[in-house]
Amino acid sequence: MKIDKNQLLRFTTAGSVDDGKSTLIGRLLYDSKSIFEDQLAAVKNSSKQKGIEGVDLAMFTDGLKDEREQGITIDVAYRYFTTPKRKFIIADTPGHIQYTRNMVTGASTANAAVVLIDARHGVIEQTKRHTFIASLLNIPHIIVCVNKMDLVSYSEETFNSIVEEFEEFSSKLLIKDVRYIPISALDGDNVVNRSENMAWFQGSPMLHELETLHISSDINKIDARFPVQTVLRPQRKGFEDYRGYAGRIASGIYRVNEEVTILPSGFTSKIKTINVGETEVEEAFAPMSVAMTLEDDVDISRGNMIVKKNNQPKLLQEFDVMLCWLNNAPLKSRTKYTIMHTSNEQKAVIKEVVYKVDVNTFKRNEEDKDLTMNDIARVKLKTSHRLMIDSYRDNRSTGSIILVDESTKETVAAGMIV
Amino acid sequence: MSTYYLNYLEELESEAIFILREVWGQFQNPVILFSGGKDSILITHLAKKAFHPAKIPFALMHVDTGHNFPEAIQFRDDLAKQLGVNLIVGSVQESIDKGRVAEEKGKNATRNALQITTLLDSLEEHKVDCAIGGGRRDEEKARAKERFFSHRDEFGQWDPKNQRPELWNLLNGKYFEGEHFRAFPISNWTEMDVWNYLTKEKIEIPSLYLAHQRDVVKRNGSWIPNSEFLKLEPNEEIVSKRIRFRTLGDITITGGIESDADTMEKIVEEVSTMRETERGNRSDDKRSETAMEDRKKDGYF
Repeated sequence: MKIDKNQLLRFTTAGSVDDGKSTLIGRLLYDSKSIFEDQLAAVKNSSKQKGIEGVDLAMFTDGLKDEREQGITIDVAYRYFTTPKRKFIIADTPGHIQYTRNMVTGASTANAAVVLIDARHGVIEQTKRHTFIASLLNIPHIIVCVNKMDLVSYSEETFNSIVEEFEEFSSKLLIKDVRYIPISALDGDNVVNRSENMAWFQGSPMLHELETLHISSDINKIDARFPVQTVLRPQRKGFEDYRGYAGRIASGIYRVNEEVTILPSGFTSKIKTINVGETEVEEAFAPMSVAMTLEDDVDISRGNMIVKKNNQPKLLQEFDVMLCWLNNAPLKSRTKYTIMHTSNEQKAVIKEVVYKVDVNTFKRNEEDKDLTMNDIARVKLKTSHRLMIDSYRDNRSTGSIILVDESTKETVAAGMIV
Repeated sequence: MSTYYLNYLEELESEAIFILREVWGQFQNPVILFSGGKDSILITHLAKKAFHPAKIPFALMHVDTGHNFPEAIQFRDDLAKQLGVNLIVGSVQESIDKGRVAEEKGKNATRNALQITTLLDSLEEHKVDCAIGGGRRDEEKARAKERFFSHRDEFGQWDPKNQRPELWNLLNGKYFEGEHFRAFPISNWTEMDVWNYLTKEKIEIPSLYLAHQRDVVKRNGSWIPNSEFLKLEPNEEIVSKRIRFRTLGDITITGGIESDADTMEKIVEEVSTMRETERGNRSDDKRSETAMEDRKKDGYF
C-alpha cells in the first residue's frame, strides 16, 4: 500500500446502543475488511449463545467483561481500520453512563464527530448534547448520520425534516462544517457502499466522506508554538557542547535561521538546527516531534516555550476557561489543584464559577455553582505563575488544560481557555 | 518538503516519540519492557530517535521465563550492547526456586502467568516507576481500553473501569509511593503499521519472524516449535515445515504459521492479506474470552 500521502483521521462516535452506534462501527470494520476470522468466529459464537441468528455486528465493539455482560460500553474504546486512502482511529464513546466525561475525552483529539440520529425519533436531547460537546471541543467536522432509514421506508421527507431540525438548533452553536447522510447501518446502506434504496440522495456514503474530508488544515499552521518537553545533553564524544530542546511542535512552522523568543524568560536567539531523530531538516511543522538547537546558550528547561518574536501567546496568570468536571469528587473551593498545560505544570485555584451550562438546552445557570461529575461551567482560574496560553478556538494544543487533585493524583477536570 | 502535513506513519512516529519524551519528563526511573519481539524492538528504535544524539535514557528490562527462543535472547543481548543501555533480566526460574510462584500443572501448563510475579518483583527491586511496553490497542479487546499512561496500584493491578481520562496531549503520570505506571507509546499502531514502519526504517528484527525451516508439532491448530521443553502427546508427531512467527512469546506457546515470506516486503504483503489476528496463534489468549483482561488486571504486560 502506498503510505506517502495517506493521512490519519481520528473521529469520535457517540450514541447509545439503541441508535445503532455499535452496529455502525461493526459495519465499517466489517465492510472495510478490518475484522479477522478468529474475531468473527468468536462473535458468531457469542451471538449464538445469546440466541441471535447470524452475526451481531455490535459485538465487535464489546470490550471488557462487564460490558459484554451488561451490554453497555463503560469507557472510551479505540478502534482502527485502514482503507487504501486513509488510516482511521475511532474513539468509541458510550452514550449513557458518564457520557459527558467520555465524550469530551474522545472528542479532544478528533478531526471529526459522527452524530447518530434514529430516523424514527429525529433530533432528541442526546443529539443536542453530543453536538454541543462537539462544538465546545471545536471538532472541525461533523457528520450527521440519520440511521435506521430502512424503518422509515427510506423516506426523503423524513430525512429532510430531520436535517432541518438539526440546522435549527445547531445554528446557536459554533460549528464550521456539517454533512448529512441517510444510512442503514444494519444493512449497510450508504455506509461503505451507496444505497440502492435511496436513489434520491445525491451525497456520498459515509466512508467516502471520511476518506475525503479536508483535514490538513485542522492543525493551526500559523502561530508557531514549541513547548519544550526535555533538554538533550548527550555528554559524549562529538556532542560535548550539544544542547537540544526536544518536543512536539504544537502549531505552526519552524525554519533553521529563524529568530525565536523563549518564554517566559523573553530571551531571543536563532534556530541553529532542527532534527527528526538522526535526520537534520531545514523546516518542521506541527505535529512533528523534533529536537532544536539554538545559536546562543540560553537557559531553557521543560515547560518553557519557543515561539516567534512577532507572534506570541498571551502570558497570563488569570484567565477564563470552559471547564468540564470529570471526577466523582466535586470541585472544592479554595483548593489548590495542579494545572497541566502543554509541558508546563503549576498550581491553580478556581476563583469563581461564572455559570454552568445545561448540555441539553444550552441554557446558562448562574444560580447553581456546584461542580460535580459531568458538569460544564465557565470559571475564572488563577495560577501560581504565568502560563503561555492561546484561546482554545485558535489553538487546541496551547488552549487546553487539565486539573489534577494532588490528594488523589487523579485528573479531575479538563478545560478550554476562552 | 512541499506539503505541510504528515502521512499516518510519520504521525504515529511523532506521537510515540512524544510519549517517550513525556515518560522521561515525568518519571524518575523508567524502563523499557523488552521481550525481544518486534513491538519492543520498535519501541527501542523509537526511543533512540526520541533522544538522539543522547543515549536512550532507559534500561531494558526482560522478564525471562527460561522458555525462550535462543535467537531472541541473542538478539536482545546484541541490541543492548550496541545501544550501550543497561539490561535488567528478571528470571521466572528464580521466582520458582525462591518459592514466589509454583509451576502450573497439567497438559497445557505454561509459565505465562508466572511472569506477572517476576515482573512486579523486578519493578519493585529496581524502584521502577514507569514500565514502557509495546502493547497495542488493536491486539486484543482489553488492550483497546488502555491509556498511554496507565496507572497501576500498589499491588500492580489495573482497574479498567476507573481509569484516568486522557485528553489532548496532556498525560497525568502522578502516583503515590509504591504505585507505578505503564506507558504504551505505540497504542495507536496496528500490526500492519508496525510492519510497514519496520520495513521503511530498515529495522533489524530476529530471523524468527522470517520464513525458515523448523521442526514443529501441530497443536490446537498452530505449529508449535520443537524444543527441550516440549512434551509430545501420544498422537503428536514432529514434522519439518517452512514457517515463520507473527509474534514471539514463550517457545512453548508461540505457534508459527506456514509461510514463504522471507523478506520484510513479503511479510508486509502477507500481513495485508491475513485473515486471522496475530494473537490467534497464542495459546495464552485462547484460554478464555477474558484471558487477557484477567491477566492485565493482575499486572500483566
